[in-house]
Amino acid sequence: MTGLYQSQRAMRHMRRAAMQRGVVAVLDVGTSKIACLILRFDGPERLREVDGVGPMAGQSSFRVIGAATTRSRGVKFGEIAVMNETERAIRTAVQAAQKMANVRVDHVIACFSGAEPRSYGLAGEWDLQDSVVTEQDVARVLSACDVPDLGPGREVLHAQPVNFALDHRTGLGDPRGQIGNRLACDMHLLSVEGSVVQNLLYCIKRCDLELAGIASSAYVSGISSLVEDEQELGAACIDMGGGSTGISIFMKKHMIYADSVRMGGDHVTSDISKGLHIPTAVAEKIKTKHGGVYATSMDDREMIEMGGESGDWEKDRRQISRTELIGIMRPRVEEILEEARSRLDAAGFDHLPSQQIVLTGGASQIPGLDGLAARILGQQVRLGRPLRVQGLPQAATGAAFASAVGLCLFAAHPQDEWWDFEIPSERYPARSLKRAFKWFKDNW
Amino acid sequence: MQSLGGPRVYTRQPRRDPAPSRWQYRMQRLWLTPLFRVLFRVGLPCFVIAMVVGIYASDEGRRAALTGTFTELKEKFQNRPEFMVGLVSVEGASPELAEAIRARVGLKLPLSSFDIDLDAVKARVEELDAVANAELRVRSGGVLQVLITERMPVLLWRLEDERLEMLDETGHRVAGLAARTDRPDLPLVAGAGADVATGEALEIFAAAQPILPRVRGLVRVGERRWDLVLDRNQKILLPAENAVAALERLMALDKAEDLLARDVLSVDLRNEKRPVLRLAPYALNEHRKAQGIDTSGSEL
Repeated sequence: MTGLYQSQRAMRHMRRAAMQRGVVAVLDVGTSKIACLILRFDGPERLREVDGVGPMAGQSSFRVIGAATTRSRGVKFGEIAVMNETERAIRTAVQAAQKMANVRVDHVIACFSGAEPRSYGLAGEWDLQDSVVTEQDVARVLSACDVPDLGPGREVLHAQPVNFALDHRTGLGDPRGQIGNRLACDMHLLSVEGSVVQNLLYCIKRCDLELAGIASSAYVSGISSLVEDEQELGAACIDMGGGSTGISIFMKKHMIYADSVRMGGDHVTSDISKGLHIPTAVAEKIKTKHGGVYATSMDDREMIEMGGESGDWEKDRRQISRTELIGIMRPRVEEILEEARSRLDAAGFDHLPSQQIVLTGGASQIPGLDGLAARILGQQVRLGRPLRVQGLPQAATGAAFASAVGLCLFAAHPQDEWWDFEIPSERYPARSLKRAFKWFKDNW
Repeated sequence: MQSLGGPRVYTRQPRRDPAPSRWQYRMQRLWLTPLFRVLFRVGLPCFVIAMVVGIYASDEGRRAALTGTFTELKEKFQNRPEFMVGLVSVEGASPELAEAIRARVGLKLPLSSFDIDLDAVKARVEELDAVANAELRVRSGGVLQVLITERMPVLLWRLEDERLEMLDETGHRVAGLAARTDRPDLPLVAGAGADVATGEALEIFAAAQPILPRVRGLVRVGERRWDLVLDRNQKILLPAENAVAALERLMALDKAEDLLARDVLSVDLRNEKRPVLRLAPYALNEHRKAQGIDTSGSEL
């Protein structure tokens, strides 16, 4: 646990160094595309912090100066499958973005969608020593949370304090300075496969970049796609990517649950490819041009030429109607949404006061998806696009860039995590020089 | 029946997006490093230029050849006929002085105007006593024009060893003179230090205008005051201070009493409260006789 704590802390330091330099890259390693945005931080935020209007979650402080996306290679289900290919794809994206920004970036904040995220809700309690909550007490109560057995080879990706309770008062966002006797906290912990993180780290290191932060793409696309009141009142974000579909539930501006379904738009493409016996690239083209989930009588007459280069006239001149295409696509999309529904049910989403669901990600652009999703997920479904941030090119404003944009916000204004607080001295191993030093520092 | 767009054929491959090689990627990142860019764009050319120049100049023969070429070019340019000076024209000087100035300029003409040190020539010309001010310029057509302002003699100065020199109003020597009769129009001064007080001398001569035909000259006494010497060896001893005022008073006295026409040896005006007359011996005796004083007839 301490090793992870140290590495996450090191990443935070790296992020601070990047802020000081003023340039940081965000990298969304997806299954179908790798997007790289370069952000420039212009010092303190220009908008004043007046009553009620926050600093807009830090998004007024940065500007996107470079953006590039490339077709992803070697990534399956949001996990790196072929290291060399992925490294090359990352290099392509970073180089193009650097070329556009005309600056060199050394720090990168990355997100990925796979690695089987698992959510845990932890609770911890701490008796205050002198009735006023200090930063030390917050750190102590966070480290008092008993961590469940994550399983072999799993690591903590996010560990965010969600709620603090002081004596019988609960729902405190920031308990520091308040008076009470017993501090309790709820923490949301997200664990992922350690090997996936290691692979990503290795690829980024091979590109001469330093990792300044890492996030789950379900989390960051929720940040960018859910509007402020949805985050506050409770909503689920379903990020339908290429290889996996991320699910995150937000409540009181904190993520309280995240999961992912290992199915996405690429499976729809492969269904088309298999069903019609056409190459994947052509299937992808047909899907994006003519795809849909609701067939009408007009679609029976719209014939799609599939083409081919086999030399056999009969095979190369095949045509299908759009209805047939929809007939192939719809079961898979339904399957994805039903799987997402079951994950949400497992998380107890139906007990939440607000049942808002936001669909985002590249695969959410299938025409008619909102109608289909409303039938499966409930009536409060909308299609979400990411927030507009300064300097973002028009081509990168679509739903497919939800996690890249969310990563920008994450880079500018990260939520407090467990490792942002100092380890209390009790947690150091006994007889450690650090512990003695820490004790002196705390007591004098 | 087909849709309005007609059948579409998908045979195009997706856009090629080749990955950069590791080295290409690194080179691009290096090139985007600001320090490296500055070094490459400024440092490297500077270094190359310095290197080339250094290697070229490290050889003695090449350096000599380079300077030789340069001086040759320079000389070639300077010796072009447009820059050659072949004539010295002296203006504003008497013919004898002009000759002297030509000799004094001392240039081996024809000479390039770049090689003439005008300041030195000017200093040489101005060393001549008769030249108050010289102005030199190289005019087109290869003429070195010397504009001379001559010193005008206003006084003759008789030195200890009977030499005569002409002085201008500032007391600077203009030229020597063989005989007084060469310039009878100039007033004469004598005595050591007379050239220092020429201004006062001129004022005294102006004040002595009424008796000017009788004036023989001024004698500087003790580098301090003047004696005005008239014919018949009459002397007017002027004070060191206010000499002109004293002389004017005497002129008034002379006009009223006709004093200087009498047999007076000297008029001593050194003490302004008590002018003293010195009579000639004969006149003194006659004066005493007239007063009824019996004398031995000595000349005292």
